[in-house]
Amino acid sequence: MKPQPLALKALSVISVLLFLSALGMVFFYAPLEITMNYVQKIFYFHIANAWVGMLGFIAAAVAGVLYLVKHDQKWDIVGLAAVEISLVFFLIAIISGSIWARPTWGAYWTWEPRLTTAAILEMVYIAYLLLRQGIDDPDRRARFSAVYTLIGSISVPITFMSIRLFRTIHPVVIGTNSSASTGSFDMTSKMLVTMFFALFSFSVIFITLFWHRIRQGQLAQQVEQLKLEELQ
Amino acid sequence: MHNEIHTAEHKPTSNFLSAVGAVVWKDLAAELRSRELLSAMLVFALLVILIFNFALELDPQTRRVATPGILWATFAFAGTLGLNRSMAVEKDRGCLDGLLLAPVDRSAIYFGKTISNLAFMLIVEVIVLPVYSVLYNTNLFNPGLIVVILLGSVGYVAVGTLLSSMAVQTRTRDVMLPILLFPVVIPILIAAVKASSGFLQGLALPEVMPYINLLIVYDVIFTAAAYMVFDYVVEE
Repeated sequence: MKPQPLALKALSVISVLLFLSALGMVFFYAPLEITMNYVQKIFYFHIANAWVGMLGFIAAAVAGVLYLVKHDQKWDIVGLAAVEISLVFFLIAIISGSIWARPTWGAYWTWEPRLTTAAILEMVYIAYLLLRQGIDDPDRRARFSAVYTLIGSISVPITFMSIRLFRTIHPVVIGTNSSASTGSFDMTSKMLVTMFFALFSFSVIFITLFWHRIRQGQLAQQVEQLKLEELQ
Repeated sequence: MHNEIHTAEHKPTSNFLSAVGAVVWKDLAAELRSRELLSAMLVFALLVILIFNFALELDPQTRRVATPGILWATFAFAGTLGLNRSMAVEKDRGCLDGLLLAPVDRSAIYFGKTISNLAFMLIVEVIVLPVYSVLYNTNLFNPGLIVVILLGSVGYVAVGTLLSSMAVQTRTRDVMLPILLFPVVIPILIAAVKASSGFLQGLALPEVMPYINLLIVYDVIFTAAAYMVFDYVVEE
């Protein structure tokens, strides 16, 4: 077994440090929001988690296409890693969003485009994992997984657009804000700095986790091969 | 039936359309003899409507709002039943292997299966609509609604055929199809329900058009995507 590369070890340490600094910035650097008070603090991590989920979603789609083109088992491992990370981070984003929504919107959940799309994306990922579980042949499992991520990655944005044809109350943080949305606020520069620092930290955390998970996938594959050799 | 398949086999260059036609013909002929797929779908669809009747207590007021949703939920559930069965038959009797051995483009098999699945779904819909109209005293003969049902069914079947050919090759195949299919056909269901209720409430065309456009976009994108990846799904 190859030892962890030095860069990966360094990244893990940096990730922890970045996470702690982001946490510190949220509580001690970013000012309190006037109307929402402390509840608004959840926003920085909420958006960072959703961002990582998004990165994972894109990575999974790219890995799916690359697998279908190249037929290299490596891209299957990458795709699975991306889906697993995206699944977890979207779940955190949904839960943290619900905690934020309760005092702001008065309900944990509304059937709003972004929330609904996030929930459906989770369903697609769970279906993806169930599909993998039901197939024993590694080659077929990789092919079907790639096809399904591809179908999912086309469908989920269309789902978002289709729900968006209704009115939305989710605040649009960057870009234009619709007057119908509640819970939006003007960000001071310190808030913006904190938000972007949180986004940056979580991007690094994403890369670290992604790398660890891919490495773990490769090791699992080696174990499988060793088992097969032992049996023969 | 045999002649159709043989012509496709003897002429490797025989055109794409006749190969598609042969697959469709095979499915329709088999169904005409057994009638097991259509009868199962139909009985199931009627049972779903019956369940909705008691679950929602469909008085005239609720009915007006709930009809499009009930119709599409019924079509979606009956649709999975049909899609699953139509692919499982191919797999169980080794028919799929035979199809794959035929020297035709594999996408011809995909389009053939899609068209025959679409035919089954449309037949069920053609029967369910008047029955629903009679049972609930609602007039469903609306040209707009028929266009929506056609567009919605095309998209549903285009993705459904691809995913059902995946589902039958898994260990958990009986439960796999709805789990794979429903999260990705949600745009179809949203757009179809919205457009159907628009037409049934007599809204002006420009108000319904965004949803019709969405259905068309979905149909085109997913037929193209399924056509491109079908090879990977049936490859051995």
